[in-house]
Amino acid sequence: MRKRIAPSAVVWLLVGAGYFFIPLLATLLFSLRKTSTGHCCSLSAYGYIVHDPQFWSTLRLSFQLSLETIAICLILFVPTIYWVHLRLPRLRPVIAFFALIPFVVPPIVLVVGLLDFYKGSPQWYYGSPYGFLATAYVILAFPYMFFSLDAGFRAIDVHTLTEASQSLGASWPTTMFRVILPNIRVAALGGAFLTLAIVMGEFTMASLAAFHTFPTYIQYINETKAYPAAAVSLMSFGITWLAMLMLLFVGRGRPGRIQIAGGH
Amino acid sequence: MPFFLYALFFLFIPAGNVIAGAFKSLTGGFTFQNVQDLFKTQYLDAYKTSIEVSLVTAILGGALGMAIAYAALREGTPRWVRSGLTTFSGVAANFGGIPLAFAFIATLGTIGVVTQFLQNVFGINLYGSPIDFTLFSKTGVELAYLYFQIPLMILVIAPAIDGLRREWREAASNLGASSWQFWRHVGLPILMPSILGATILLFGNSFAAYATAYGLTAGGVNLVPIQIGNYYTGDVLSNPHLAQALAFGMFVVLAGMMLLYIPLQRRASRWAK
Repeated sequence: MRKRIAPSAVVWLLVGAGYFFIPLLATLLFSLRKTSTGHCCSLSAYGYIVHDPQFWSTLRLSFQLSLETIAICLILFVPTIYWVHLRLPRLRPVIAFFALIPFVVPPIVLVVGLLDFYKGSPQWYYGSPYGFLATAYVILAFPYMFFSLDAGFRAIDVHTLTEASQSLGASWPTTMFRVILPNIRVAALGGAFLTLAIVMGEFTMASLAAFHTFPTYIQYINETKAYPAAAVSLMSFGITWLAMLMLLFVGRGRPGRIQIAGGH
Repeated sequence: MPFFLYALFFLFIPAGNVIAGAFKSLTGGFTFQNVQDLFKTQYLDAYKTSIEVSLVTAILGGALGMAIAYAALREGTPRWVRSGLTTFSGVAANFGGIPLAFAFIATLGTIGVVTQFLQNVFGINLYGSPIDFTLFSKTGVELAYLYFQIPLMILVIAPAIDGLRREWREAASNLGASSWQFWRHVGLPILMPSILGATILLFGNSFAAYATAYGLTAGGVNLVPIQIGNYYTGDVLSNPHLAQALAFGMFVVLAGMMLLYIPLQRRASRWAK
């Protein structure tokens, strides 16, 4: 016997939907107001944003930073987690415990420590977003990358694959690139899209370290131009949507662990 | 292994540095002065406000998230609601920071869409008496935080609600239990560790948040992360070790939360299939 939907369930779901869609709808309406008069409807706010060279340069910087972070993460974590699954399973809980530490040391605390500890380090590192920020973002992405990759490695038979590959005469690099990597592609992509969403939205560290990334640009617009700010906020939301949809898309058919990116 | 070296240099040493720095004087000697300074009114207030905002959004967000998740998962609700809700929660829990702050300004700010709508259609002025609402206050920050707290609760608690087996409910009703009795004696006791664990997670999530509050109030609400941020962006504090002491205080609160969380997590997994 199929039950009908309960009335109280309808009420709660409507409350939830209202809470989440009203601010988005309001931002959309706000972004369509004409800059000069404040009345609907015009695309001038969007025009302002796409003609602002700072928009493109900060967007490019944040995108490059996310690619760099993803690259460092994969180079660092894939071999480690592979090795742990293959040879040192006792270390797995240790790393899983490490992955909880960023919860206790949130970005605002970590950046204070990093800024102080690396004060006086060479300018190419401390003064460059590609140095300082990228290394910090790897730590922010670490828990999400770890849980994503760990699930990927757990789903394959690391031992059999490695032995089969080695007994056919493959070297370690060949095993890694031609056997292991293709098998954990989905997990790696999932981790990469989460990292993309985190880095594209990270404000705390960039702001405290005085770098001009995409989120600090949004904040600058927020303080100076009301209607374009709505337009650029929506674009940022669109980027998060896109990254999360890609995550769901690559993860189809796999019992996915739901991940939450930080950075509020 | 390179990974451990990396974690050492970019996670453990900076974290240790915050702790050590909190006990350093300006000349480099050891002192309790910075930590004692945390008990001055300004900083004590920051901790009080931070903890209050985190408690309010964790409890409200937890209760609302629980109600919405149960509404979506219970029998009778169509399947598509459930998958839609999980997808949307995944995105909304990630929609924090500056854009979220602006979405609320566009909605409930002084010239926000909803503010103007209420004014023009119902003649209700949110910003005048007797409501005297302002978005750029503690209440405003709490409203905005709930936007990512509720979906986070939904994501975390959904698997636990799924774990409530139908047989338990049927067994209870066969024995003559009312719906209220089922929740009072079976449902809630089983879910309690999960609910408490999730609430702690929400507390930490809100306690550590900086960008949303900053974007909303430009540093006007006295939260601990805002105080730390002020030091780096506006040079309000003169002693760098005070920023480290503030960060150390956050670390202590969050570490305490973690110590509560781990045993709860262990208990919660007892009923997992």
